[in-house]
Amino acid sequence: MKASKTRAIASAAAAFALVTTACGSDDAADEPAAEPPVETEAAADEPAAEPAAEPMKIGIVAPSAENDLAWSQSMFDSVNRVGEGRDIEVAISGGLFVVEDAAAALRGYAEDGFDLVIAHGTQFGGPLQEIADDFPEVAFALGTSTDFFGKDNIFAYSVDAGQGGYVNGVMAAQLTASNVIGVVGPVPAGDAKLYIDGFVAGAEAQNPDAEVNVNYIDSFGDVQLASEAAKAHVANGADVLTGTAQMVVGATGVAAEEGIPWFGTQSNQTDLGADIVVSSQVYHWEIVLEQMLDKITAGTLGGEAFVISFENMGLEMEYNDGFGLDASVRESADATVAGISEGTIEVPAGE
Amino acid sequence: MGDFFTVSVLVATLASGIRLATPFLLAGLGETIGQRSGVLNLGVEGVMLLGAFTAYYVTLETDSPTLGILAAIMVGLMMGLVYAFITLVMQAEQGISGIGIYLFGLGFTDLLFQKNVGTPIPISGLGDIHIPLLSDIPKIGEIFFQHSLPVYVAFALVPVVWFMINKTTFGLNIRAVGETPEAADTLGVSVNGTRLITILIANTMACLAGAALALEVGIFQQNLTAGQGFIAIALVYFGAWRSYGVMLGALLFGIVQATVLQWKTLGIVEGATASLTAMAPALLTIVVLVIVSRRVAAPSALTRPFDRSG
Repeated sequence: MKASKTRAIASAAAAFALVTTACGSDDAADEPAAEPPVETEAAADEPAAEPAAEPMKIGIVAPSAENDLAWSQSMFDSVNRVGEGRDIEVAISGGLFVVEDAAAALRGYAEDGFDLVIAHGTQFGGPLQEIADDFPEVAFALGTSTDFFGKDNIFAYSVDAGQGGYVNGVMAAQLTASNVIGVVGPVPAGDAKLYIDGFVAGAEAQNPDAEVNVNYIDSFGDVQLASEAAKAHVANGADVLTGTAQMVVGATGVAAEEGIPWFGTQSNQTDLGADIVVSSQVYHWEIVLEQMLDKITAGTLGGEAFVISFENMGLEMEYNDGFGLDASVRESADATVAGISEGTIEVPAGE
Repeated sequence: MGDFFTVSVLVATLASGIRLATPFLLAGLGETIGQRSGVLNLGVEGVMLLGAFTAYYVTLETDSPTLGILAAIMVGLMMGLVYAFITLVMQAEQGISGIGIYLFGLGFTDLLFQKNVGTPIPISGLGDIHIPLLSDIPKIGEIFFQHSLPVYVAFALVPVVWFMINKTTFGLNIRAVGETPEAADTLGVSVNGTRLITILIANTMACLAGAALALEVGIFQQNLTAGQGFIAIALVYFGAWRSYGVMLGALLFGIVQATVLQWKTLGIVEGATASLTAMAPALLTIVVLVIVSRRVAAPSALTRPFDRSG
């Protein structure tokens, strides 16, 4: 009896140790408050003697790692750029693909008095509505979303991802020899759908004979399915590939293996294939973050929606010099960017 | 639908199905051995993640996938010892402790990845091995004999596991301790000793499954396995605790997944229909599980700790 009691206590301790160790990696989900905010370089460089106001505290909750070369990294890089010109402190909880964990992190940042709490994922919109009501003095931001739910402490932000998609499509249509282009997407929603719709429109406008096959794999995280989807495209004759969301690392692997040009979006994806990445549409969220921070300083905590685009410099095409893109293709891309910015080229806005 | 029934597309689909089935099969075979001895491990997913990260990281650092696999095997053995301590020595409830192992694997691999790697860096995987002569057979060769090493190993293990369980003394011991451990004990079979070995095998194979996945896609990222470990457990029930049954389930799952991918690629299914179709593998598994559970019983001592003192 005594032995079994000892055993029970020991096994409970072992299980507890396992679970607590597991939680150690994303403790921000449970206790974001415990994680000291990361001071940006710019903030650290501020003169210490200056009796300036407290730095603004920004908490970010993202569904994937902050260095995923895609969605979450786009926000992480943008906040760093904001930090180059402002006194801010940033805390990040990445990898919170479970919405309940993300909700706990959002609430934690709000409880801890952060000035701006960013829910960087459309899927966080549900819990954010409830949390925002509990913290009327805290400003929240939700993206991508055009809806701030009628709340005066939620900013919505989104991206005209179709614009860069269109430009990538124009280039892809010129690089394909087989006239078959493959696209790997997560789910037909949000910026993924906008990007892909724009890409298809751009490719078809440039080359009406081009066949653009789109495969939404119904997952943001299944790398193997993304890889197999890319292989399916290749099996069907695709000689140019693109895709969006964090699982595309599976598809870029196939592109690299097959030596197939890849067009990226969200962040600069050159690191995924120095020889095959042609260009990347890069999100500059700092354009809207700056506006939000200005409004918060002025006392407005939300009730507004923002969009980044070529026009407001929130979108940028970055090219991989290592690919050796033909000058005429690059010129057509530049002309397309100019056309979209000036309004002479219309990009599908999505449904 | 016409485009789908071309030889090249069908060949590509079947080859893709075999690749997709491989991690399920490796993990499922290991879990079959464990469950036949009465040990359930719901932590397969976490162990797979540990194997995947280990293989990825060691390959990244050494540029040797072989070393990556060997390191994953070592981690598998270590996780086996941990799980054996929890379930055999501490006699903890297997379902709960398995979930603990899963959470540990999920969190720990993410932590290690963020601290040691950060941005996903591609690695060169194992590459395909074209089996001489066989790979030259038109179509058949492309489907079956142009894969990476883990694919061949996984399918070669199916008869090996069958033979071990059904035709060897050790296999007899496994079945005995999984059905009536008390009777096995009275006949001099070391129940916990047998279970220790099956746990080591199961965890090693789960790690191999993760390693196979990471080396196939040439990358690692958080939650790379995306639920494959849980599906592998379901496939053990699907396969009625028999190696060939598990293989059938893994192949069915993989081929249905590959078919749905091809249909989407070719635009045969789109929009909501595509999303519904994507559920097909899971629905199929549930249906077969219901049928199997009515016809085949699980090992009698599954999840039941053995305590000689009673």
